[in-house]
Amino acid sequence: MSDNTTSSNKSLLNDAGTRAIIFQVVLLAVVVFVSYYLFSNLQANLANQGISTGFEFLNQPAGFPVLIHLIEYTEADTYGRAFIVALINTIVISLMGIILATVIGVVMGLARLSNNWLVARLATVYVETLRNIPLLLQMFFWYFAVLATLPIPKNSIIFGDFFLNKRGIYSPNPLFQEGFGFVIAGFVISIIASIALIVWAKRRQTITGLWFPAYWASLGLIVVITFLALAISGFPIEFDLPQKSRFNVTGGMVLPPEFVAVLVALSTYTGAFIAEIVRAGILSVNWGQTEAARSLGLKDSLTQRLIVLPQALRVIIPPLTSQFLNLAKNSSLGAAIAYPELVAVVMGTTLNQTGQAIENIGLCMLVYGTLSLTISIFMNWYNKKMSLTER
Amino acid sequence: MKSNVGKLISTAAVALTVSAGATAGTLDDVKAKGFIQCGVSQGVPGFSNADSNGNWTGIDVDACRAAAAAVFGDAQKVKFTPLSAKERFTALQSGEIDVLSRNTTWTYTRDTSLGLDFTAVNFYDGQGFMVRKDLGVDSALELDGATVCTEQGTTTELNMADFFRKHQLEYVPVVVQKADEALAAYASGRCDVFTTDKSGLAAHRSKLADSSAHVILDETISKEPLGPVVRHGDNQWKDIVTWAMFVQVNAEEMGISSSNVAKIKAETKDPGIRRLLGAEGDMGAQLSLPADWAYNVIAQVGNYGEVFERNVGPSTPVGLPRGINKLWTEGGVMYAPPVR
Repeated sequence: MSDNTTSSNKSLLNDAGTRAIIFQVVLLAVVVFVSYYLFSNLQANLANQGISTGFEFLNQPAGFPVLIHLIEYTEADTYGRAFIVALINTIVISLMGIILATVIGVVMGLARLSNNWLVARLATVYVETLRNIPLLLQMFFWYFAVLATLPIPKNSIIFGDFFLNKRGIYSPNPLFQEGFGFVIAGFVISIIASIALIVWAKRRQTITGLWFPAYWASLGLIVVITFLALAISGFPIEFDLPQKSRFNVTGGMVLPPEFVAVLVALSTYTGAFIAEIVRAGILSVNWGQTEAARSLGLKDSLTQRLIVLPQALRVIIPPLTSQFLNLAKNSSLGAAIAYPELVAVVMGTTLNQTGQAIENIGLCMLVYGTLSLTISIFMNWYNKKMSLTER
Repeated sequence: MKSNVGKLISTAAVALTVSAGATAGTLDDVKAKGFIQCGVSQGVPGFSNADSNGNWTGIDVDACRAAAAAVFGDAQKVKFTPLSAKERFTALQSGEIDVLSRNTTWTYTRDTSLGLDFTAVNFYDGQGFMVRKDLGVDSALELDGATVCTEQGTTTELNMADFFRKHQLEYVPVVVQKADEALAAYASGRCDVFTTDKSGLAAHRSKLADSSAHVILDETISKEPLGPVVRHGDNQWKDIVTWAMFVQVNAEEMGISSSNVAKIKAETKDPGIRRLLGAEGDMGAQLSLPADWAYNVIAQVGNYGEVFERNVGPSTPVGLPRGINKLWTEGGVMYAPPVR
């Protein structure tokens, strides 16, 4: 090697930018190599042991029943469809849990700040009890303790057409008859009209300063128009009523105790954490803000809604996102008490029937990853929307 | 710099190669560690159940003890891993356990696609239903509209679905992750029916507080041959586990039991029995075992009849009749190939 090339080599190696690129390339190569190696190693080992691989099993008939299915499902359907059923169950319990936990959390958070001694103490007891007991125990409590106290189907508690017993809550099942499309159309139209009304009211307030109760008015609009549509089309709904049979109550719509237990456990547990987040958020807003609003002559309710809450939300949203993510992932504990969500159906039954651990666990990880990322993206967008905009 | 990276890559590659494929040679692994790691249930009385001191007993436990007696001459050299139904195959595939002896049904799919081999059948079972007596149900065909509790990850789940479909009966399945919680759900009244293998029903019924208030229906809706399982591809280990079981059945047929085996070995002139007990020939060498391995199995664990009576027989809390698990000479289906 000549002197010339050595010196140019040296200067190139000493260049921070070039070095950074070299390191990145080397690291990438190592990562790709190791992943490829692990993957081919896995493939070879599975083949050696005679364990089948691949996702063909998703097209095979599953043969097992699923307790709760929101789409049509029978034992003759495929593992793929069972997966979809379980996925829907997971999403439903997560979304309902998030909504319920938020409501409970906000109410309890405000209650802890209440001037009423009893209300504040009760809220404190709720928060401290529920967030200090493992969630799985709470699920068992709601499932077994509640099951034990409810009557057997023969002695159901009956309110009109509603039955309550160990098998769940039975209610009339609405069957939509011909002409129901008209009602749906009426409902959609009323919603569009409400949005237009709210936009108009806002614009008018900006220009003239005059206020119009647009939210109450639109609620009325929706109720009235939908009811009118129902009346005009002659109430095209019939109800399938629950009735007692030899073992059970049959017919109607059932809310099984597994679903109720998981939902209650998830939302009360996460609600306790959310309560603390809400309390912290509200306390973080300087008292001076409230005083300033009052001196401007704003009512107390408006002070809360327009001054305190928007500022508190900036503190609340990021930790709230974590709680939502926790709730979605904790829904997998439902497997322990027979709620047929993803872990129960895919990592339980499907894995056991097919023996393909890697594919099934991979599927579950992919779903939870996607679900969590979706919640994250939505909450980040909301956070940005609520964050301080400087004018 | 570059050479360092090269070194790093090659070291990593070497490190990873070592972990690749180590399926054969379970016997050597077992001998090296000094005990057999045996996968059992989390508590099915009569099959595999731990007492308050952590001592395991049961038919499935004895299958592992027999293998330990054959390999080490000491039936106590077994460690147990309690597994749920859904964990069991992964535990065996991954090498966490050496033998899976957890009332596991031998089926086509499990034998062919899970990377596992079934060895022998130590209990012929069939699925049944348990209901409360006060329900007044006499036949499984009356179960239309019933709610059924069962454990997840078993053949039970599929048999139940097939049975109700075949007879066009409506039912509500409640599938719980662990057997104990499935039983608790049944006991609390969540379900009308509890279903699993009949032996399991008897075992679980003995755990219920009001066990006499429950009845096991006569119908048997499936064939459930239960037995120990090993990893596919290790024929030597499979042979050991299989023949440890066959020896027990042959011993019962020949009238050899744990109480008389020492006397028979010393006195008998029968060449078949002398071969079996290691008094002549070298039956052990073919399996890389001591010559008296079969003697150890019979002396320490007993023959099949003893194992059955001790764990699940009529005198135990489980109280199962011998039924089809009698020897073939007595009208049952227990039949082992000859030791020659």
